Amino acid sequence: MDKTIEVIGSGCPTCKKFYEIAAKAAQEMDLDIKVEYVADVRRIAQMGLMRSPALAINGKPVLVGFTPDMEKIKKAIRDNLQL
Amino acid sequence: MSIFYPVHLLAEWLTYSVFRVAADTTLAGAVNFFIFDTLKIFILLAVIIFVVSVIRSFLPPEKIRYILSHKNKYTGNMIASVLGIITPFCSCSAIPLFLGFVQAGVPLGTTFSFLVASPMINEVALVLLLGMFGWRIALIYIVSGLIIAILSGVIIGRMKVENLVESFVYQNSVNAAADLPRMRWPNRIAYARDYTLDIIKKVWPYILIGIGVGAWIHGYVPADFLARYAGADKWYAVPLAVLIGIPLYSNAAGIIPLVGALTEKGVAMGTTLAFMMAVTALSLPEFMILKRVMKTRLILIFAGIVGAGILFSGYLFNWLL
Repeated sequence: MDKTIEVIGSGCPTCKKFYEIAAKAAQEMDLDIKVEYVADVRRIAQMGLMRSPALAINGKPVLVGFTPDMEKIKKAIRDNLQL
Repeated sequence: MSIFYPVHLLAEWLTYSVFRVAADTTLAGAVNFFIFDTLKIFILLAVIIFVVSVIRSFLPPEKIRYILSHKNKYTGNMIASVLGIITPFCSCSAIPLFLGFVQAGVPLGTTFSFLVASPMINEVALVLLLGMFGWRIALIYIVSGLIIAILSGVIIGRMKVENLVESFVYQNSVNAAADLPRMRWPNRIAYARDYTLDIIKKVWPYILIGIGVGAWIHGYVPADFLARYAGADKWYAVPLAVLIGIPLYSNAAGIIPLVGALTEKGVAMGTTLAFMMAVTALSLPEFMILKRVMKTRLILIFAGIVGAGILFSGYLFNWLL
């Protein structure tokens, strides 16, 4: 299965900021997976998210709500990608 | 506001002994006002946001959804409005909350009560109102906000406008029963601390600028200067204040301290309250975001009903206060 990292948001400034931090985290971790920014509300509906932005790894939400903490994001990526 | 007496002393000491501003000058008045208000507001912000965050850690959105999906119409509207108070003020969450509620079978009217109360009655606005105008005005704001939220939800619920919600919303349905990890007290405290710091970090520049301009107005603009334009006898002041308030949401934190000074110079209290309600509850960016889950007509109905409620409160309090 393809590995995916998505930041799902409703298009608000906070969501974009979260995406930037997550993209930077992935870059610093030398991952060859590109972090995707998904602003499609259908995706929020599909996943049953109640807070945005959310970080989803392989289609599973792992961090929900805004987390400005780079280390937390890195840890979530590490734990869920089974690196 | 006697609990702020030590802050008052500290502000005086800073103004006259540390910064050595000559007493009884306009500058001294403005500097003293600025220091006192800044200290007071930041103390209130830290304490109140912390307490609200701890309460919120007991009521995550999933739990609120569960509670609301098991309530009948009117009780649902009331509980939704009250629960809206403790949820954070961020338009980011409007869509996921809306989707999450509707998909779990929470009635549309109840969902709207929550959508009105959540941004309108938020802890930052509350702190600033408390700091600027005292507990009586803060309480009036909360109660009128709750009434507007409850009534708007009841009216929208009666209108049967489910067809104005984008159809994909009803295609996924979720089970409201939430299986959430239990939070322990150290987690709650850590969450509340992080959240409080996060909000203060976000709003402090706006608040400082707001208080700064407010202090300038306090010191330099003659009293009652604005009464001519925005006193209680001016019928157009309330609608004008509401219109000005609509695009200002992102700066709500800076606008409220400013409004404190405007009231002092003659803007009527009802007009001020209507302005603040418009700033928080009628947010243009939020409407744009909501367009992705509902038809424009529903947004207009929503804005129209809430706007009418705000206008009514404005006139009512201009007349009463």
